[in-house]
Amino acid sequence: MRKYFCGPLLLMAILVIDPVNDLLIFEANKKPGGEIENAGLKLPAGFSASALADSVGRARHIVVTKKGALYVKLSKLVNGKGILRIKDTDADGKIDDIKSFGTYIGTGITIKDGYLYASSNDEIFRYKLDENEEVINPDSPEKIITGLINGRQHNTKSLVLDDKGNIYVNIGSPLNSCQEIDRGAGSKGKDPCPVLDSAGGIWQFKADKLNQTYKDGVRYATGLRNVMGLDWNYQINELFVIQHGRDQLDMFPEYFTAQQNAEIPAEEMFMIKKGANCGWPYCYFDIQQNKKVLAPEYGGNGKKTTRCEGVEQPIVAFPAHVAPNALLFYTGNMFPEKYKNGAFIAFHGSWNRSPEKQEGYYVAFVPFKDGKPSGPWEIFADGFAGVETVMSPKQAQHRPCGLAQGPDGALYVSDDVKGAIYKIVYKNN
Amino acid sequence: MKKVIFLIPLCVIMLMAFNNSIPIDKATMDRGKKVYLQYCIACHQVDGGGVPGLNPPLEKTPHVLGSKTKLIRIILKGMDTHEEIDGETYSNVMAPHNHLTDQQIADVLTFIRNSFGNNAIAITPGDVKYVRARTK
Repeated sequence: MRKYFCGPLLLMAILVIDPVNDLLIFEANKKPGGEIENAGLKLPAGFSASALADSVGRARHIVVTKKGALYVKLSKLVNGKGILRIKDTDADGKIDDIKSFGTYIGTGITIKDGYLYASSNDEIFRYKLDENEEVINPDSPEKIITGLINGRQHNTKSLVLDDKGNIYVNIGSPLNSCQEIDRGAGSKGKDPCPVLDSAGGIWQFKADKLNQTYKDGVRYATGLRNVMGLDWNYQINELFVIQHGRDQLDMFPEYFTAQQNAEIPAEEMFMIKKGANCGWPYCYFDIQQNKKVLAPEYGGNGKKTTRCEGVEQPIVAFPAHVAPNALLFYTGNMFPEKYKNGAFIAFHGSWNRSPEKQEGYYVAFVPFKDGKPSGPWEIFADGFAGVETVMSPKQAQHRPCGLAQGPDGALYVSDDVKGAIYKIVYKNN
Repeated sequence: MKKVIFLIPLCVIMLMAFNNSIPIDKATMDRGKKVYLQYCIACHQVDGGGVPGLNPPLEKTPHVLGSKTKLIRIILKGMDTHEEIDGETYSNVMAPHNHLTDQQIADVLTFIRNSFGNNAIAITPGDVKYVRARTK
């Protein structure tokens, strides 16, 4: 009798002692993706994918060093840490070296000019890197920005830098549409919307100055409900962002059905110049009418366009609610010419399309020429959800969240459900 | 001692049987479903699973299966507490739904307490009326 109990007891003891760490190692050593072709992803001809890891944690944004290691920002601590540095040291297609540091959760992470930049939901830190882009002092970062609005909703601080020593930080709106009662049926919008002073836009700070607060920053662009995907386009030296558009138009059932809410309010990509106003919360982009329309909270009826005529127009409009969580301009040499300087977007997948089926859960591509979209967008990598149809987001086994380009031109995609890290490569046969 | 151990599953089975012996009538469930489809499904989803990280699930949580008063108050006053539910936090707010009638609230709460794998006693319009009168 005792014999039979030993195995499970031992396993339980291990799990009790250090559950997260043991699971991590167990998963990391598992053959990545099993026998599933392309780790379950559907890709254009010539591309293939593998999973370097399948459960590192809630993997949000990612960045690859010039030596091929990845830094992964986590939105839930693993063993008390919020940043992973992972590497496939023996090049067998799976992660075998995991280090972790940083005691805060968050989403944003990037590398620029010898520093790793990472965000919590209200502060930005940076870590000096050595010549291999390894963090020198993981426990003593410089705090460069502090005191940003952390309103639970849309509180992630995505970030990107330019070549002039500036860092651009998304400060999402803590509200859906700036109503008197947030997400309340029929509730009117506050006019003017007071949160725009400190949120609902992109702020510019200095990359090398410590302890900056709002007074040290510049509101670079406003009227952006929540931007998770942003990138600097070095071809034309401009900032590009992609907005999570508004939810719940059908809180005004006199104008919108649930189906119209599911299909109308686009996710918008913008090229942003300093001072841009992209219209939130007063306006949204109606993908069917192909124009900015006045929001029902501000007297709109689905047709009126007053006060929306002068606002920034999107350069690409994507289906409603598909949740663009990352944007990356591809500058590598591995992929075919068509992809050069084009934009990859990780769509986390919708929730606000019920009772219709959910959409997104894929990585899309927009071809670009001279900093402008040069063709229609297309789905590049699909199949993350692992099910044919997602009716409820919980059914999705993986959801793409972060994008990064490797030194060899491979594209990396993170998943924040289980924590898979995908590597997508191209082979010219 | 052994006899006592054998009695435990028996008691559980009897308790389950007792609980199941109060069926919810179909008309109530149909009315509750109608309210759910209009006001709840957007956030809590077709399967009551919620949205990870955003909107909490309604499946087998103490909020749904526990105190009637607390559950009725969530409908009347909304929810913006960011508390953990089974180790997860949820960032969206729920707006107050005090514009719903006592009957609608009773129906929809009875519906969610007896859908998505849940099984709990019904909430009556009288329950809602009582709590509404004592809720600011």
